[in-house]
Amino acid sequence: MRDVFTKSLVGVASDPLFVFLTGDLGFSALEPLRDAAGDRFINAGVAEQNMVSVAAGLARSGLRPWAYSIAPFIYARPFEQVRNDVCLHNLGVRLVGNGGGYGYGVMGGTHHALEDYGSLLCLQNMRVIIPAFDADVEAVVNQISTYERPVYLRLGRDEKPADFETPPYAPWRRVIDGRGPTVVAVGPLIGPYLEPLRALPEASRPRVWVVTELPFDAGSIPAEFWSDLSDSRHLVVAEEHVQQGSAGQSLAYLLAASGRRVDRFSHLYARGYVSGRYGSQAYHRKDCGLDAASLLDALA
Amino acid sequence: MTELDSQVKETKLRLLRMHYESRCGHIGGNLSCLDILMTLFHAVMQDSDEFVLSKGHAAGALYSTLWSLGLLSDDDLTTFHKDGTRLAGHPSPAHLPQIPFATGSLGHGLGLSCGLALARQLRGEPGRVYCLLSDGEWQEGSNWEALIFAAHRKLPLTLIVDRNRLQGFGSTSEIAGPCKFVDQFTAFGVQTIEVDGHDTAALRSALCERADGVRAFIANTNKGNGVSFMQDQMQWHYLPLNATQYEQALQEVAAT
Repeated sequence: MRDVFTKSLVGVASDPLFVFLTGDLGFSALEPLRDAAGDRFINAGVAEQNMVSVAAGLARSGLRPWAYSIAPFIYARPFEQVRNDVCLHNLGVRLVGNGGGYGYGVMGGTHHALEDYGSLLCLQNMRVIIPAFDADVEAVVNQISTYERPVYLRLGRDEKPADFETPPYAPWRRVIDGRGPTVVAVGPLIGPYLEPLRALPEASRPRVWVVTELPFDAGSIPAEFWSDLSDSRHLVVAEEHVQQGSAGQSLAYLLAASGRRVDRFSHLYARGYVSGRYGSQAYHRKDCGLDAASLLDALA
Repeated sequence: MTELDSQVKETKLRLLRMHYESRCGHIGGNLSCLDILMTLFHAVMQDSDEFVLSKGHAAGALYSTLWSLGLLSDDDLTTFHKDGTRLAGHPSPAHLPQIPFATGSLGHGLGLSCGLALARQLRGEPGRVYCLLSDGEWQEGSNWEALIFAAHRKLPLTLIVDRNRLQGFGSTSEIAGPCKFVDQFTAFGVQTIEVDGHDTAALRSALCERADGVRAFIANTNKGNGVSFMQDQMQWHYLPLNATQYEQALQEVAAT
């Protein structure tokens, strides 16, 4: 997703208000942007607190800054700068975290982002976007490039099957139709689910939705989703994020608050480091029950 | 007495009244930087310049200075620290351009100032950004991140350290050793000058000298300056004034 992100940014870098800050990340990826943006491409060094404060100052001056790093270094290290300098003033700062969830795999827990959107969504004015497919990224970059409010972009890896036709970008999309349970997956976690779920017979095949924008409220969720849910009465939410502050909790809250009922509710989420061992993103997903086999179990 | 000094005196009296009426603490660190703020706003900064108060606990000194410029009214100051006020105990944003950011958590103002200064540099706009910090605040690592960034990029930025040598629970030397700002900042490539932070003529002369890039001023000050029983006393980081103390403080300042 990082390459398509770079390409998309090159497309908006001609905006005279564009400024891109990186926390010394981007080798072998961001060079085309560096060349396109010239002095508006700034390596702010290994100093993420300052980078976020600088971004807030740029936004206060009317520019449209982006601040980029590996995900935990853009939301956890400078959390107070995000809270006070950006969110409290509702400034148009675009925080970009590469490697959402277990994206950095065997690089270890310091590089994982398991509580990014939950913690950020506690802050005033924050919006989160988690593109699910490479094809989403350009639409999302264009959408947020002129935002006048804080936004966090969580980048991951598109793992859709080669023959899967990506539907046009929308915050809620039904990507598989069926007559089974209703599944909601957040962001690119949908990728490895597509092949096994679409292979199921129609009677048991779930209606699968992918969500890419948080927070959501009852009004922003398509009516077709509520129809699916009232028809199936079985909801499974899967996301590469800890349970606290998760999309699953938000959805359960919405159901309760709106008087809707389901007969079954399952939540697959990032449980940390269950085995105490490290591996690829796929390894960690399996380790904490986020892999496709675990999802199939939850549907049974 | 110069016109500026008489304005400072009048503003100091108003600051004392505001803190007395609100029964608000932090007066010591407000009195240590009032001369600096008044000199900046009345005699140094121009229309194209901007200011960030990094030591947000000196909000009262900033509000009083803005009052002296006619940007806040007596009625505004009367609301200080009260329910429904726009003048919170630490600066809150969104109603005056002279208060661009909510500050109060230390170690944010310099990075924010870097952002404002970088925007000017990128656009080729005139003016400088002035940032006032405390001395204890330099125990925050984020300030050193910002200093590296500012010095490297030669930002149009002036930082002033209100060196009153006292912080929340002790003296800066007891807590963090002998902080040699001039040596340290100079080693980062920042031209740094010591100045008497209560001598408005010296401040004016030093701060008005225009130069490119980052400049730093270490303003030697006293916490509670101008009020004998407060001067260099740590407890005036916290205590509100009682009626007797307030009267004495007024008399002492009026007699200067």
